[in-house]
Amino acid sequence: MAKVDWPAAEQRSIIGKRIDRADGSVKATGAAKYSFDINRPAMLWAKVLSSPHARAEVVSIDTAAAEKMPGVKGVWKDDAIVGKEVLYVGQIVAAIAAETEEAATEAIHHVKVEYKPLQHQVRDADPALFQGDPAKRENGNVDEALGKADLVHTGYYGVPVITHCCLEPHGQVAELRDGELYVWPSTQSVFGYGDRGLADAAGVPQNKIHVDCQYMGAGFGSKFNPGKWGVISAALAKTSGRPVKLMLDRDLELAIAGNRPSGFAKIKVGATKDGNITAFDCEVWGTAGMSGGPPDLMPYVFDKMPDQRRTVKRIATNRGPSAAWRAPRHPQNCYLTMSALADTAAALKMDELEFFLKNIELTKRPEFDAPKVYTEELKLAAEMIGWKNKAHLRGAGGPGPVKSGLGLSLHTWGGQGHGSECDVTISPDGSVEAKIATQDLGVGTRTCIAMVVAETLGLPHEVVKVQIGKNEFPRSGGSGGSTTIGGISVSSRRAATDALNEVLAKVAPRLGAEPDALEAKEGVIRVAADPKKKITWKNACGMLGVTAVTKRGVNVPGDSAKANLTSAGVGGVQMADVSVDVETGVVTLNELVAVQDCGLVINVKLAESQVFGGMIMGITSALYEEAVYDAKTGRMLNADMEFYRLAGIKDVGKLKVHMMTTPDYEKRGVIGLGEPPVISPAAAIGNAVANACGVRVPNLPLTPDRVLAALSQKGGVV
Amino acid sequence: MSERHDSSGAASVSRRGFLKGVGAGTAATALLSPVALREAQAAANGGVLGPDEIPITLRINGRNRQLRVEPRVTLLDALRNRLDVTGPKKVCDRGTCGACTVLVDGQPAYSCSMLAVEAEGRAITTVEGLGTPERMNAVQKAFVKHDAQQCGFCTPGFVTAATAFVRKNPNASPDEICKGLGGNLCRCGTYAGMLLAVADAAKGRV
Repeated sequence: MAKVDWPAAEQRSIIGKRIDRADGSVKATGAAKYSFDINRPAMLWAKVLSSPHARAEVVSIDTAAAEKMPGVKGVWKDDAIVGKEVLYVGQIVAAIAAETEEAATEAIHHVKVEYKPLQHQVRDADPALFQGDPAKRENGNVDEALGKADLVHTGYYGVPVITHCCLEPHGQVAELRDGELYVWPSTQSVFGYGDRGLADAAGVPQNKIHVDCQYMGAGFGSKFNPGKWGVISAALAKTSGRPVKLMLDRDLELAIAGNRPSGFAKIKVGATKDGNITAFDCEVWGTAGMSGGPPDLMPYVFDKMPDQRRTVKRIATNRGPSAAWRAPRHPQNCYLTMSALADTAAALKMDELEFFLKNIELTKRPEFDAPKVYTEELKLAAEMIGWKNKAHLRGAGGPGPVKSGLGLSLHTWGGQGHGSECDVTISPDGSVEAKIATQDLGVGTRTCIAMVVAETLGLPHEVVKVQIGKNEFPRSGGSGGSTTIGGISVSSRRAATDALNEVLAKVAPRLGAEPDALEAKEGVIRVAADPKKKITWKNACGMLGVTAVTKRGVNVPGDSAKANLTSAGVGGVQMADVSVDVETGVVTLNELVAVQDCGLVINVKLAESQVFGGMIMGITSALYEEAVYDAKTGRMLNADMEFYRLAGIKDVGKLKVHMMTTPDYEKRGVIGLGEPPVISPAAAIGNAVANACGVRVPNLPLTPDRVLAALSQKGGVV
Repeated sequence: MSERHDSSGAASVSRRGFLKGVGAGTAATALLSPVALREAQAAANGGVLGPDEIPITLRINGRNRQLRVEPRVTLLDALRNRLDVTGPKKVCDRGTCGACTVLVDGQPAYSCSMLAVEAEGRAITTVEGLGTPERMNAVQKAFVKHDAQQCGFCTPGFVTAATAFVRKNPNASPDEICKGLGGNLCRCGTYAGMLLAVADAAKGRV
C-alpha cells in the first residue's frame, strides 16, 4: 500500500522542484476571467453612495430623484442607518443599479442624504487620545531590572495605518435564478463566502448559494466575507430581477475595504554592557478604526527575557474598519521591537548582527528550535549580503553625502495547514481529477495540488485536472494566515494515496505481488523490488472496469501535525543594504536578502515568488505607504494610487531569496509561506537607514522629509 | 442639510473624471477624434457630440467591432463593459497603474484615460491580441517562465507595455527595463521575475 508520509528528497520527482505555475499562460494572455471580468447577460451595474462625513447622524435618505434617472433599475438604501450615526467617511448608505456603469454613476449623485454632522476623531499618533484603562501585562519586575541594567535605551517608533490596495477591488457579480443565488466574488474564502448575510439579502436559504471564483486579484486578508457591498449587490439582484455587478471604485477601496492597524510605541530596553538584554518595557498605542486595537505581541521574537512589561492603548477613530493584513500584527510588532533592539546595540557600540546573535536564546519557542534556526539563517543571510565586509558601527556610513548602511530583522509565523477536504478521482481511462473548494490568490494553489497528486500517482503534473474555486466542491478553509498550502497538500495527498491504493489492489494479482510491494512511478505501476514487473498507468486504470475510483482526503490539522504532514512555526531573517542621501533625505534600497524556513517546499519556484512578493510589499510599507487622514475633515487624503504610492519596478533594489530546504527543515511537513516574508523588510530597512545616517528615523514610511527631520534633530548633516 | 457628493467623499478631480464630466454635458469637439464623420455629426448638433449614445466602430485585435457608446465612455469601459474584452483591467481608473494598458497604433496607452470615440479609426491591440494560452508571444512566454505574475491582475497591462517596450528596445539593460516599465504597478510584488522576463524577451531568449 502506498503511504501518506511525504517522500524523502531522493524519492521525489515533482515535489520540491521548480515548476511553472499551471495557470501562467491563461493569466499572461488575458484569458483568465476574474470576478471583475464576469459579464452576465442583461447584467446591471451598481454604484454606491457613501458618507462624506467622518461622523454624522443620518437624517434621511431620499432616492426618489435617482429612481427617475434614465436606465435605473434598482435602488438600495440603508434604512437601518436613518436616525443613527455613520462612523467614517466612505460608509455606504445607498446604491443604484442601472443599465450601464455611466448611468449608475450619474444616478447615484441624485440620491439625497441629509446629515447632521457630529464631532469626529481620526488622529491616532498621540497616546493622549486614549481614554479608559490600558491593557497591561508584566512579567517579573521591570522597574527593578531596568534600574540594575548597565544601559537603558529609550526610544519612540511608529507604524501608520496602511491599506491593502488589492488591484482587483472588492465586490461581486450576483444573479438570482430559479430561487438560487449565483455569485462571482473576488474572495479568498470560496467555501465560507456564502454566508447568512448574503442569503438573507437574496431571500434564499444558505445552501442555495453558488460561489464561483476562478481568478481573483489578491486579497491579503481583506476578502474573506461578502462585506456590505456583497450584501447590497445580492439585494439589488433580488429587487431588480437582473444580474448585478458591484465592484468598489478605487477611492472607496482604499478608504474602507481594508486598513491595517497602526502601532506606535515608547520602548525601554535594559542591557548589560557586554550586550545581554535584561529587560523590556513598552507602551504601545494605535488604531484599528472604531474597534480593535494596535499590535500587542510586544516584545516580538526576542520575548523570553524574564522582566518585561507592555501597556496597550487602543485609540478609537472615525476611520474605515480594519481588516487582517498579511501577517496580522507581526510587521508592526517586528518594526517596533527590532528598531529598539538595534538602537540598543548602537548605544552599546556593538555590531547589530553580533548583538542579535548574542541574545538569540531569547527567541526560544515550543513549536520549533528557534535559536538554532535563526542562528543558521543569520549566518547565511550575512554571507549573502556581505555583512562582514560592509558592516560598520552606526553613523560611520562614509564620508560623502550618500551614506551606506546595513540592518537586519527576524520574524516568525505559524502556518499550519487548515482543515481541508479533497476528492481525487481516477477514471478507467487513466485520467485524474482533483476537486477542492479552495482558491488561488496567485500563490499557485492550483499548481501545488496538481504536483502533490501527480507525485503520489507517479504521473506528470500536467495530466492532473484540478478544479477549485466553487463552494460545491469538498470543503476547504479560507486562505488566511498561511494555512492553505498545508491544508490542500495534505488533503490532496491523502485522497490521491487512498485512490491509488484501490488501483494497486486491482493490479496486484496481475503483477503477481502484494499491493504493499507495488509503487507508482514514472507513469507505471511496478513491483518496487523488481521494476521490470510493471503495467502502464493507463492499462492499470483500465482494470477498474467501468467504475471510477473517487476518494476523499481530509486534513485534520492536529492529526496531520502529529504525523509531520504539516506543522506550525517558522523562522525567517532579512538583511537590508541601503544608501541614504543626507542632503535630500532620499533612501535607496540597494539590496534586500531573505532566508526563510517553511518546512517541506512543494514548489520552490512559486515559494520563491511568494518570498519576493512579501519582500516587495514590505519594502513598499517601509518607504511609501501611509493612509494620510485630515484631522479637520476626517477624510483620507490619498485615496488614489498617485498618492497612496506602491513601489514600482525601479524602487525595489536587488533581491535575494534563500529557502531552507535541508532534511532537517523538511521533516516538519508542509508549512505556509504567505505571511512570514512580509514581516521583516520594514524593520531591516529602518535599521539599515539608522546605521547609515547615524540617527533613528522613527516613523514609517521612511520618506525624505522624515529622514531630514530626524537628521536635523541630531544637528543636521552628519 | 442635503449634499451632493461623489461616491468617495474625496474632493479630487482626475483628468479622466474631468473628461467624463465634459462628455456628459457639453463635449467639446476639440477633445474628440478627428474623424470627419464625428465632426459632421457634432456640427449638425451645434458642435456637441452626445450626450446620448452614438454608434462607433473600433478596430480591436484586427477585427472591426461595432457598438454604441455615450461620448464620455472611456476606451477601457467600452472594451470591458460593451465588448467583453476584459484583458485590460480597471484598477486605478486614472492613469497611474497601467493595468488598462493597450496598444493604440502600436504605442502603449492607458485605455482608462482615452475616450472610446477618440480610438475610432485606430488599431487597438489588447493583451488578448498579443497571444493565446496555446500561442503566446515572447513576452508572455517569458512571464510564465520567470513566474513574473502572482494574482495576475496587473499582468495584462505589464505584458502589453513590455511587448511595446521590447519591440523598441531589443537588448535593453535592467536600468532601461525599469524605466520602460515605470508606468505600471504590481501589488503582489512580481518585479524580480518581471525584470528577468523582459530581459529575456528583449533578447529573444524565450
